[in-house]
Amino acid sequence: MALQNNGVEASVTHTQPLWLLAEITYRCPLHCAFCYNPTDYDKHTQNELSTDQWINVLRDARKLGALQLGISGGEPLLRDDIEEIAIEAKNLGYYSNLITSGVGLTEKRIQAFKDGGLDHIQLSMHDITEEISNFVTNTKTFELKKKVAAMIKSHGYPMVLNVVIHRYNIGHIKEILEMAEALGADYVELANTQYYGWSLVNRNQLMPTKEQIDNAEKVTNKFREKMGNKMKIFFVVPDYFSERPKKCMNGWGEVFMIVTANGDVLPCHSARVIPNIEFPNVREKGLMWAWQDSPAFNRYRGDSWMKEPCRTCPEKEKDLGGCRCQAFLLSGDAESADPVCSLSPHHHLIEKAIEDAKNPILKEQPIIFRNDKNSKKIISGEVKDRIKDYHATP
Amino acid sequence: MIIEHQNVFKIAAHHRFQWEEAQQSHVILFPEGMVKLNASAGEVLSLVDGKNSIDYIVTLLKEKFKDVESIEKDILSMIQFALDKAWIEKVI
Ligand code: SF4
Ligand code: SF4
Repeated sequence: MALQNNGVEASVTHTQPLWLLAEITYRCPLHCAFCYNPTDYDKHTQNELSTDQWINVLRDARKLGALQLGISGGEPLLRDDIEEIAIEAKNLGYYSNLITSGVGLTEKRIQAFKDGGLDHIQLSMHDITEEISNFVTNTKTFELKKKVAAMIKSHGYPMVLNVVIHRYNIGHIKEILEMAEALGADYVELANTQYYGWSLVNRNQLMPTKEQIDNAEKVTNKFREKMGNKMKIFFVVPDYFSERPKKCMNGWGEVFMIVTANGDVLPCHSARVIPNIEFPNVREKGLMWAWQDSPAFNRYRGDSWMKEPCRTCPEKEKDLGGCRCQAFLLSGDAESADPVCSLSPHHHLIEKAIEDAKNPILKEQPIIFRNDKNSKKIISGEVKDRIKDYHATP
Repeated sequence: MIIEHQNVFKIAAHHRFQWEEAQQSHVILFPEGMVKLNASAGEVLSLVDGKNSIDYIVTLLKEKFKDVESIEKDILSMIQFALDKAWIEKVI
């Protein structure tokens, strides 16, 4: 990857996107408390791109160099053109991945995916207990997910499970991994909740303590040793509990490109929370311009935008100052250091969240589930009080 | 696993090996990731097709790269590496 030259030629980039994530719809039958979709997603459910527009997106992104395609949402299976899109992806030479809750996956559809050349299906699971799985998704989908897992396996797909980890299931890591083994999983991603979108609004409810995280990691390592190469287990350590932030998306506009349901082109899922950036839309100037020339994509490439302490930090190449969205959501300034960093002047916000996780306020602040009604409420400012500490209000 | 000369390998299930014009290199794609291969790894893996034996691959590449000493060792360590990464699997 070519390094950016301090933004000197800010409009010329030599980077190529490797990953294209198509957030194909924000409609979803589930209502997960930790959903990373934007809290104002309700604005983007009426103006989805058409099949032809998606196919053009796939073609243009492939020309730019994209190789891995994620078809995600919302629940992508709510659209009936995923089969067609998967065939096009295959013809273009993508390695394609359907990211699904499993709701809407039938024998007929999975057969069509297989025939069309879809490469793999990533299924989200939530817990081993029906109670918690149904609780956190606010739906009755536990039994269905188990059926879908078996269907994926029987069609010869690699079994890729994604389990979001939070306070309500972190004590069950061993059982979750055993379930994954029983389902014949080839890959398991234990994704600790990161706090964006709905999960930030519900942070209070979802965030585990440091001890719980450490313990979960130990259990995972032990299980991994036992399984060897048979089942690959990824444990994604949550930022809040690290000393340094992650190199978010491997750098803004470096390798990831996201196209949302309504055609916005973003360098990361939650970029639209940052105010005063106009994100390009494929309906306007197309993907090529969006990636290479749009002011939005060039805004945080390189490091010339940095403030202290990042600007003169010897570690800046390593993490590029962390995540712009997290910096904004917590500090109100997208150009400040990610507060996860112990050198950030806002780091106390993270320390406080970790401290608060020991004595969470659960009753007084119930979960705001991700659904259209709540999204409308957030857009209209009705639940302002709950989110006033974060700059998450659209 | 010890690699024998008569062994035959193929690209592992759920993995795809292809030439990428935009990257000017071979890549391996699999769930959750991808690897961009350097030219020699790409050369070796394009011969790992479920039919060619290790012996055949070594002979072919020895012929093609006459000037490169230790090529046999390089090929075998490349195959071993790919095997450890589970990019390829044994057929025979
Ligand atoms: S996290 Fe849950 S609610 Fe959000 S898109 Fe995925 S399945 Fe739907
Ligand atoms: S100060 Fe900034 S650049 Fe340095 S480690 Fe912290 S976030 Fe990274």
